[in-house]
This record gives sequence, structure tokens and C-alpha cells, in this order.
Amino acid sequence: MLPAAAFYILAASAVISAFMVVTARNPVRAVLFLIVTFFSAAGLFVLLGAEFLAMILVIVYVGAVAVLFLFVVMMLDIDFATLKAGSTGYLPLGGLIALVLAAQLALVGLAWVSADGAALQFQAPTPEDTHNIAALGALIYDRYVLFFQLAGLVLLVAMMGAIVLTLRHRDGVKRQDMHRQVNRTRAEAVDVIDVKRGEGIG
Amino acid sequence: MYEFVTQHGPVWGTVMAIGQIMAFVIVLLLSLAFLLLMDRKVWAAVQMRKGPNTVGAFGLLQSFADFIKFVLKEIIVPAGADRPLFLLAPLLTFVFAFVTWAVIPVAPGWVISDLNVGILYVFAISSLGVYGIIIGGWASNSKYPFLGSLRSAAQMVSYEVSIGFVLVTVLLMVGSMNLSAVVEAQAGGFWNWHVLSAGMLPWPAFLITIPMFVIFFISALAETNRPPFDLPEAESELVAGYQVEYSSTPYLLFMIGEYLNIVLMCALMTVLFFGGWHAPFDFAPFTWIHPVFWFAIKVVFFFFMFAMVKALVPRYRYDQLMRLGWKIFLPTSLAAVAVMGGIVVYSNAG
Amino acid sequence: MSRIAQTLRGAALLDFWGAFALGMKYLFRKKPTINYPFEKGRLSPRFRGQHALRRYPDGEERCIACKLCEAVCPAQAITIEAEPREDGSRRTTRYDIDMVKCIYCGFCAEACPVDAIVEGPNFEFATETREELYYDKAKLLDNGDRWEREIARNLELDARYR
Repeated sequence: MLPAAAFYILAASAVISAFMVVTARNPVRAVLFLIVTFFSAAGLFVLLGAEFLAMILVIVYVGAVAVLFLFVVMMLDIDFATLKAGSTGYLPLGGLIALVLAAQLALVGLAWVSADGAALQFQAPTPEDTHNIAALGALIYDRYVLFFQLAGLVLLVAMMGAIVLTLRHRDGVKRQDMHRQVNRTRAEAVDVIDVKRGEGIG
Repeated sequence: MYEFVTQHGPVWGTVMAIGQIMAFVIVLLLSLAFLLLMDRKVWAAVQMRKGPNTVGAFGLLQSFADFIKFVLKEIIVPAGADRPLFLLAPLLTFVFAFVTWAVIPVAPGWVISDLNVGILYVFAISSLGVYGIIIGGWASNSKYPFLGSLRSAAQMVSYEVSIGFVLVTVLLMVGSMNLSAVVEAQAGGFWNWHVLSAGMLPWPAFLITIPMFVIFFISALAETNRPPFDLPEAESELVAGYQVEYSSTPYLLFMIGEYLNIVLMCALMTVLFFGGWHAPFDFAPFTWIHPVFWFAIKVVFFFFMFAMVKALVPRYRYDQLMRLGWKIFLPTSLAAVAVMGGIVVYSNAG
Repeated sequence: MSRIAQTLRGAALLDFWGAFALGMKYLFRKKPTINYPFEKGRLSPRFRGQHALRRYPDGEERCIACKLCEAVCPAQAITIEAEPREDGSRRTTRYDIDMVKCIYCGFCAEACPVDAIVEGPNFEFATETREELYYDKAKLLDNGDRWEREIARNLELDARYR
């Protein structure tokens, strides 16, 4: 009874907030609704017994990705009213594309026939004697270690590419040199001068 | 929690679960009142002041007087503020600060929810704490709160990373993400605590764990916006950062959330590195004291250290803060994770 | 070389431990705090607090309505009106000080030729409303009567420096 109730609450909140992401007038609120969606999805993962995935979802998407979204969106001064002013003109074309996509999805969903026992082959059920983190670890670091490492490498290259593309070294910009700052001694910084009266430092 | 419901039926199970949570929350809030006073007293003493000493004996009831004062004041919502979000932000900070405590084991079996992924849960919820601040800063519709919340968000996200790696080192040593299991692994005397970890032969593991503890401590300061990393509320430049527009109960919620997070960090240090509820020696006079007191003593000690740091260390510059997080702590903790992983594999094989 | 030494010093938190030792030393020092409402610090005879109008020992008010204080007051907080009394002596009919405007510079007391307006040693005259801080002649004379002993003593102590 309790898990079922939890499922319906979480699923409803996921769907409603996902809808609100699209309809919210204020972009910051849209991002906040997106966060609620992530959160509900994490809750659904917990219900499925996949605590690890739930936590990772919260840490990565809610804790890091959405913060960066929020960061960017907060600093932009977007007025959705002016942005959406001419959008009704695109309604027929957009509606048509949406209809086609929906039809395709429906076709795939309806025409999907799976062989007997195929579902069992797809899923990797959690072994009985360990909990799902250990099972997941064995899967990632043992069976699919090469793919995991390759995926990591691709991400690393992507990250370095992003840095290379955006980093520019400009000349004539003063930068902090921490060691020089900290290593500065009193002798270098302070000079006590005995100034003669009426003559100044010259 | 769920076990309660399955064992005692849907009504009594729920009642018992809620009762347990309420008891925990009340104890936390009461101890927080006195920890707050201790913070102010220590800070005052280092500056050769007396600190609050008028309400109750030695000012013991000061926090309660402050509480009443905060609650009775008028809530001011600035014009142009996003009212629902403005009021939601302190609630978020407050709730997330409490929610994390659900997995902290204070004594054998004394834990609200003995999650298998306890460490991950703590990490996940503490990464949510930034939302209270960021929403509060944005919803205030004012420039200082906004700048403060941006700083805070960047700072917390940065230090989250090194905290994460420190957590990974500890969970590599234990081989479990359950916080009770983490504490159990440190039984038998202070030399078995993770900060020394004499049990981890054939390698002096404290060469890794002590630096990891220091990194955790400093990152905890940054994560909770405590001095010397209180840049989000640097009063000399941002007035009070994200809290500028807050008053009365919402401010109180922010402050309770903030202090609760500090105490949580102290509790985490205790659990991860200093043996949780275990006594420093595993024989007669020390084992007479109930484990929960050992836990409390350690937490109070770390809180004292937090207070001392606040009193002693001047505020960092923002670029220094970022440099420390990304260029020093991140590589160090990453290297420590790799080395610790190697040690664990090697000692398991050998 | 200095970089390595610097790094090691930083990693060992030497600076922090030094500060910690110092902090602990001060933590247990005796506190110089004065427990204010119950204990009070010493006041100099020259302390410039709440204003008072003084009287001669026979009860006659000192003020002769010369308006020097009104003229010298940089904050223009003093308002005086005067006319001759029945016995022909010139006295004030109105002597108001707006204590909200007053900056406690003490010029009025310096300017007074008969030591009538003085700034007494009282500094605890906070009020809940602004109106209570608009002092009139009666209030100032009352202050003078109340604080005469301290004011006279302070004037005597300070007399040789004037």
C-alpha cells in the first residue's frame, strides 16, 4: 500500500513539474521545477530499489548540473513575454512537427513485439547475496571496465576541449601570484626612512 | 522507518516513526541552542570579552531569548521580491539541514534510517543545501543578496568536490557506504580510528588519512560558509550576503539551518575519522560511559575547533578560496583516492 | 626552494597552530569586560553628557539670557527667548535644547560667562520617543538641581586647567 502511494505521489509530481518546466513564465522557476522533476525521478529510483542511482541522480543532476543551469538563467534577464510575442505564428508548423513525432512514438510503442524471454536477457538483475551498489560496481569495473574507461576518456577529452576552446590568455592582465604574495617579507614591503624636516623624500 | 510500518502496522508504525523523528529533532534543536551559545562564548573569550551572560545563569538561556525575539518580530518581504520563493528558501535550508541527520548514527542502533547508501545520501543532501542560499539570494531581488548567493553557490559546488573525494577515501577503507558500518570498522581503541588507522597494515595509512581529515575540516568550513570562508556574507563588501533582506523567522530558519549544517559536519568528522560513538580505549573506565556521550563529546570538540577557527583566522580573498579548492584540495584528495584504492587492493590481495 | 618551504609550512598548518596557541592563551585570560548596568566605568570630570541649567546657592538661576550659547551652538539646538522680570533683572522666558540635534561639543558650556549651562555627567537619558528629548527650561533646571553636587565637583576638579 505504502510503496504504491509513494509511487503515485512521486510519479504525479514528476509529470506535473515537468509540465510546469515548459509552461512556467519565469525561467528561474522553470529550472526549479526541473529540479523537482529530478527529485521525483530519484524517488522513483529508490522505490525500484536502486538507491545508488537515485543518489547519483541527486548529486550529479540536482547538486551540480541544475546549480549551473540556475546560475546562468539567474544572470540572464529574459523577458518571456517579448520572446514569445511572435511565437503563435509558428504554431501550425510546430504543431505539425509535434504531431508527427507523437505519431512516430505511438507507432513504435504499438508495433513493438518482443520475443519470449527477451526481457530477461536485457535486464541485469541484482544478485541475491549483495546489494545493488556492489552489483553495479562488479558490472562497471569488472565486466564492462573497458567501456567505462573509454567513456571516461571521451568525457576527459570533451572537458579539455571545452577548456581549450574557451581559455584565452590575454596580455596586460594583472594576475595573482600567490607564492609571491605570501612570501613577501617585512623587509621587502616596509621601508622606514628618516625624513629631514623641510626636505621631503625627494 | 519502513520496518516500523511493517512490524507494527500502518498506524502504530507511523506514529512510532514520527515520534522517533520528533524526539531526534527536539534533542538536536535543544543542543543547538547551547552550541550556539558556546560558539559565541568561545569567540568572546578569545577576544577577552565575556559574551552573553545576562539571560539565565552564565547566559545559558540566551539562545531561547533570541529565539523568542526572532519569532515575535515582523516578517518583511521586500517589494519586488518573489514572495513564495523568498519564503521557501529559508525553509529549504532548514529542512535539508535536518534531513541529513536521518542517517547519522549517534550510538549503536541509534539511527533513524540505517541506509545502505548513507554516505552518498549525506553527500546528496548536503549538495542540495546550496539551493536555499541561491534561491534566497535571487528571490530577494536585490543586488547584495544576489552577489552573495552567486559566490556561495560557486564556493559550495567547488568544495563539494573535495569533500566527495574525502568521503570516497573513507568508504574505500571500510568497504561500505553504511555509516553505522563505518563506525563499527573503527572499534577497539583510538589507534583504530580512521584518522590513525593503525589497523590498515602494511602501510602507515595515517599518512593519507590525516591530510584527508584536514582537507575535510577545511572544506567543511567552506561548505558551511563559516569564517574564514564566509565570503557569501562578507559584511565589509556584501553587507550580509544572501541574508540581507531576511528578518524575523525566515532569518531564524536560515541561521538554524546554517548552524545545524556546522554541527552535522562535526558529526561527520566524528563518524568518518574519529570513531563515532567508540571510546578512545576499549576497557573498563571508558566503556562505562554511554556511547552517545562519547559521540557528543567528540562533536562538541569539533564544534569548539570550528569556533576557534572563526575567532582566529582572517577571511580569505575569493580568488584564494577558489585556488585552495580547485588547485590544492582537489588534486590532493584525488591522489589520495587513487593511493588508498591501491592500498586496499594490495592489502586485500596480500 | 622558498616555494617548497612555503608549501610545507602551509601544509603543516603552522600558522594556524601558532594562532591557536595564542587564542587558547587569551581564552583563559581574565576578561576586562565591565558588567555595564551593574558596574560602570570611571568618568572624566570633563565628560560631556546631559545638559543642565544651574542655580546660585540662594536658588536664583544663573542664566542671564546673554544668548552666547545660542550663538555658538554649531548644531543650532538651543533656542532662547528673554525679557526683563518684575524686579528688572534680565532672565530667560524660554530655554529649549533639542537634544536630538545636539552634538555634545560642549561649546555652550565654554561660552557661558556665569557657568549656567553645563554638560553634566549623566549619559543614561535615552527615551522611547523623540518628544521627550526636546528639553525645556523646567527640565534643564530640574537636571541642574538633581546633578548639582556632581557638576560642582567636576567644575572644581577641572578649574585649574581652565
